[in-house]
Amino acid sequence: MDRIPILKMGEFLLVTIQVDMHDRLAIQLQEDLTGRIAATRSRGVLIDISSLEIVDSFIGRMLGNIAGMSKVLGADTVVTGMQPSVAITLVELGLSLKGVRTALNVERGMDLLRASLGDELEGYGGAGDQV
Amino acid sequence: MNSASRLPELLRRHEGEILADWIRQQQSSGAVRSNVIKEGDLREQSRAFLAALREALESGNVTDINGGAWSAARDFVAEMARTRARQGFTAAETATFIFSLKLPLFARLRQEYANDAAALSAEIWTVTELIDKLGILATEAFMRSREDVIARQQQEMLELSTPVVKLWHGILALPLIGSLDSARTQVVMQNLLQQILSSEAEIAIIDITGVPTVDTLVAQHLMKTVAAARLMGADCIISGVRPQIAQTIVHLGVELGDVVTRATLADAFRVALKRVGLAVTKA
Repeated sequence: MDRIPILKMGEFLLVTIQVDMHDRLAIQLQEDLTGRIAATRSRGVLIDISSLEIVDSFIGRMLGNIAGMSKVLGADTVVTGMQPSVAITLVELGLSLKGVRTALNVERGMDLLRASLGDELEGYGGAGDQV
Repeated sequence: MNSASRLPELLRRHEGEILADWIRQQQSSGAVRSNVIKEGDLREQSRAFLAALREALESGNVTDINGGAWSAARDFVAEMARTRARQGFTAAETATFIFSLKLPLFARLRQEYANDAAALSAEIWTVTELIDKLGILATEAFMRSREDVIARQQQEMLELSTPVVKLWHGILALPLIGSLDSARTQVVMQNLLQQILSSEAEIAIIDITGVPTVDTLVAQHLMKTVAAARLMGADCIISGVRPQIAQTIVHLGVELGDVVTRATLADAFRVALKRVGLAVTKA
């Protein structure tokens, strides 16, 4: 069974979806990713969907779910590179992925994650906690 | 169906006189605008129609204008109505062109059947039926060509009115002009998202100065566009909110969520510059 690879880059996990998502693949990704977040104690997840051309309501909801689960596990999620047609479809489906942060490309997404992590580190510093 | 109709023969024999009467009739009915159509053209048009009518009648089929023998006459009427629609005639004037043929034809029939009232009324009925059908045909063709014009203009408006302007690196502006319906929103949204993608813009300013009214539907369309842009990773600012529109939005209870709105494009641009870490200063 094929899986979507999850790459670890320092503090972050990187997922690039380059095949057409089907439901089983999405569920598999959800399980793998939550497992990896817990195992590696990652602070951020970046999901790049720039090659994803087609979404349905299930995949849309799945993206939202994954972001929600990551947050529970203490990791921020950024979805990057969404195609216009995908964005329009999700909006028409009424799925505006409220809790998910988005960026135009992987580079900007990384900046976003780093910035949010930076805030947190500063916060720790302010509380007198040495990192 | 009057199989013994002498209409074709009558038309052949008196074609010249009928034509002359008809043109006089048209001119006196006021349905001809001398400033739009020249008398020569009118004469030619009338002559051609009468010839087409005669040919169709000679096929023996007097009232069934949907038959094959009538195709030339039908085409002529349709073409004539199209031309007149373009020239700026009204529907009534176009129909009158056909209907005014009745009087000259009736006059000839009255002469022909001077002492046979039954045959006269039968022929008059045939002619009336025929001319009415042709008149309706002309009106329909007229309407159709007008509708084509409207459809084409709508399409052109759709293409014209949605430019996406680059204000600065990473800042796009979308000046909306005219009312927003679902079809237009779709085009606007696609345009904007495509531009966001190709120019890697972080911020898009949607300027609604040119949108006359914002009701719940328009607001919903705007919110959809904002949501789609956000999904792609770009922020939207709505600018050009006039005082009346601000009042309407609040009165209608439209939920704008966390979308930043500004009264003018200039203010929105300032916000956008600040977001990307730039500022305008005096030189």
